[in-house]
Amino acid sequence: MRPGLRTALFLAPATAWLLVMLVMPLVVVIVFSFGERGAAGGYVPAFTLDNYANLGARWTAFRNTLTLAPLGTVLCLLIAWPLAYFLALKADPRWRTVLLILVIVPFWTSLLIRSYAWIQILGGSGLPRIIADLGLGKPRLINTPFAVMVGIVYGYLPLMVFPIYVALEKLDRRLLEASGDLGSPPWRTVLQVTLPLSMAGVATGSMLVFILLMGEFLVPQILGGGKVFFVGNALVDLFLQSRNWPFGAAVAATLVAVMLVTVTLYMRAIRRLSGGRDDVALM
Amino acid sequence: MQSQPIAELRKVTKRYGAVTAASGLDLAILPGEFLSFLGPSGCGKTTALRMLAGFEEATEGEVLIDGQVVNGVPPHRRPVNMVFQQYALFPHLTVAQNVAYGLNQRRPKLPKAEVAAEVARALDMVRLPEFGDRRIWEMSGGQQQRVALARAIINRPKILLLDEPMAALDKKLRHDMQIELKSLQRELGITFVLVTHDQEEALSMSDRICIMDQGRIAQIATPEELYDRPQSRYVADFVGRSNFIPAKVTGHDGGLVVAEAAGALRVLARGDAALPPGAAITLSLRPEEITLATAQEGIEAEVTHRIFLGEHTEYHLKSPSLGTLVAVAPRASEARNGALAPGARVRLHWRDGAALALKDG
Ligand SMILES: Nc1ncnc2c1ncn2[C@@H]1O[C@H](COP(=O)(O)OP(=O)(O)OP(=O)(O)O)[C@@H](O)[C@H]1O
Ligand SMILES: [Mg+2]
Repeated sequence: MRPGLRTALFLAPATAWLLVMLVMPLVVVIVFSFGERGAAGGYVPAFTLDNYANLGARWTAFRNTLTLAPLGTVLCLLIAWPLAYFLALKADPRWRTVLLILVIVPFWTSLLIRSYAWIQILGGSGLPRIIADLGLGKPRLINTPFAVMVGIVYGYLPLMVFPIYVALEKLDRRLLEASGDLGSPPWRTVLQVTLPLSMAGVATGSMLVFILLMGEFLVPQILGGGKVFFVGNALVDLFLQSRNWPFGAAVAATLVAVMLVTVTLYMRAIRRLSGGRDDVALM
Repeated sequence: MQSQPIAELRKVTKRYGAVTAASGLDLAILPGEFLSFLGPSGCGKTTALRMLAGFEEATEGEVLIDGQVVNGVPPHRRPVNMVFQQYALFPHLTVAQNVAYGLNQRRPKLPKAEVAAEVARALDMVRLPEFGDRRIWEMSGGQQQRVALARAIINRPKILLLDEPMAALDKKLRHDMQIELKSLQRELGITFVLVTHDQEEALSMSDRICIMDQGRIAQIATPEELYDRPQSRYVADFVGRSNFIPAKVTGHDGGLVVAEAAGALRVLARGDAALPPGAAITLSLRPEEITLATAQEGIEAEVTHRIFLGEHTEYHLKSPSLGTLVAVAPRASEARNGALAPGARVRLHWRDGAALALKDG
C-alpha cells in the first residue's frame, strides 16, 4: 500500500468524525444565524444581519464570560501550579498516588450536585452565618461573581493540575541540581528552570479550562442565581426558553469567533514564553 | 613543601538506609591536581562526588573545601561546579544562555556586556565560538559536552567535578576530549575531580587516581605507581591486567622477596621487605612481562588461544604448574620470532623483580 493511501485510511475515521460532529453543526449554526425567528419560534430561512446587529442586547453575558472565564483560568492556574509542584517534586513518592486520587475524587460526583453543595456552604446559613457570628459583618456570598468563581475553581482545578503535574513529573531532576550547582538558590531555580519547563503543562491545562469555561452555564446558573450569567446561559435561554434560534445562533457563532482569536493569541504568547520550543506548542 | 589541600574528606561515610554507599573515605585533594575516582559500577564514585558538590550530605565525617567545613552548606553556596553525566543542559535556553547561567546568578547582577564577554571567552575556550545562538537540541553529543564544560567553568570554581563526562561519546571523540580536557585544566589551573569507570581514561588524564572498592578507598596514587606497585590484588586486577600466582615467602635477597610458587618454582619478586618467611602471598605478573620462547629451560606451557590485536598479540596459555596465564607480545617481536599457533608448546620467562608480591587477605 502506498504511504499516502495508508495515511489517508488512518485519518479517514477522524476526518469523518470531525465533518459530522464539528463542521456540520457549525455550518448549521452559521446558516441559522442569518435567518429569522418563526412566529412560534425556531428558524425561518432568510438572509439578514439583524441578529448580529442585535448582539449588544446580550453584551452583559459576553462581558461576564470574557472577564470571568480568563479570571477563572488564571485562578485555577495560580492554585494548581503550586499543588502540582508539590505533588510532582516534593510529596513522598509513597503518598503520591493517593494524593493524586484525592485530586480526582470530586469528579466521581456530578458537578451539578457538587455545585448544589456549594449553595449550602455559601448560602445564608453557611459561611456568611459564621462570619456574622464572628462579628465580621454580614457579607452576601451566594449569587455573586465570587460564588461563581469559587464554583469554577473548585470544578475545574483537576483539569489544570493534571497536565502541569505530568510536565513536572517528567522534568529531569538533574536540571534542578545543575541550577543549584551554578549558584541559584532553590526559589530562583523554581522561577528560572521549573516554571519555564512546565509551560507545556500550563498551556494544555489553561487551554482545557479556558475553552470549557467559555461555554460554561451550569455554575453561573446555580451559584450565580441568574444574576451572574455567561454566554452559555444566554444560549440556554435563547434556544430553550425564548426559542429564538437565529439570534441564539448568532450569539454562538460570535462566541466561537471570540474563542478562536483568544486561543490563537494565547498560544502565541506561550510559545514565546517557552523559548519557541515546538513541543510546548500544544498538548 | 606540601600545599594545603583544596578539599578534604575526613572519615566520610554515606548511608542510604541500609545501603552504605561510601564508608570511611579519607582523602585530601591538592590544588591544581587532576584526581580521578576509578572503580566498578556501584562502588560509590558518584556518591563521593555528590558529597563534594553538596547534593548529598555525609552521614558521618567532615567534608572540607578550601579549609572550611562545608557539611550542611547547600550546593549554590559551594565554590565548586559540576559537569553532569548526561550534561543536564537547560533545554529552554540557548547555548549562550546556558553558559551564562552561572554568572547570572551572581548578586549584585553583573553588567550584561561583561556577561556576554565572559560567555564568548568560555565558548572560545571550548572551541564553539559560533554556536551561542543555537538551541541545545541542535547540538551533537560532543558539542553538548563542550557546552556543559563551558557552563561549569564560567564561574571559575575552586574545583571542577566531572561525573563520567565522556561516557556518552564514541571512542574517537572520547580520546580527543580527554586531551582537550587535560589541556583545558592546565590552562585554567583549576582542580579537576573526575569520576570514571574507564581505567584508560583515568590512567591517561590523572595526576592521581583514587581506586574505590565497595564504598572504600582501595588505593590513592599516581597512575604509574598504581600500575607498578598496586597494594592489593583488587587494584592490580582493576588497573591493567595481571596474572595471579599463589606463592609462599621463603626469604629475602638483595631487596627482592624470594617466593616459592607451584611447589618448586623459585621467583624473585618486588615486595615488602617486612614480609616474614612462610607468609602466604599472591604474585602479580603483568602479561607484557612474560616472554615466550621455544628453548629448553623455563616454565612449560601450551598456547590455547592467540588473539591478534594489532600493536600486540595476546596469548592465552595453560601451564601444568601455574594454571592459565595471559601473555602479551608486541607485534614487532612476534614478527621477528614468528607467531605461535594454538597447541604450540612454549617456555615462559620473566626477569627477576618483574613479579610483585602481594600479601594475601
Ligand atoms: N539515592 C540513593 N538511594 C539509595 N541508594 C543509593 C542512592 N544513590 C546511590 N545508592 C547506592 O549507593 C551505592 C553507590 O552508588 P554510586 O552512585 O555512588 O555508585 P557509582 O560508583 O557512581 O556507580 P556507577 O559507576 O554505576 O555510576 C550503590 O550501591 C547505589 O545503589
Ligand atoms: Mg556514578
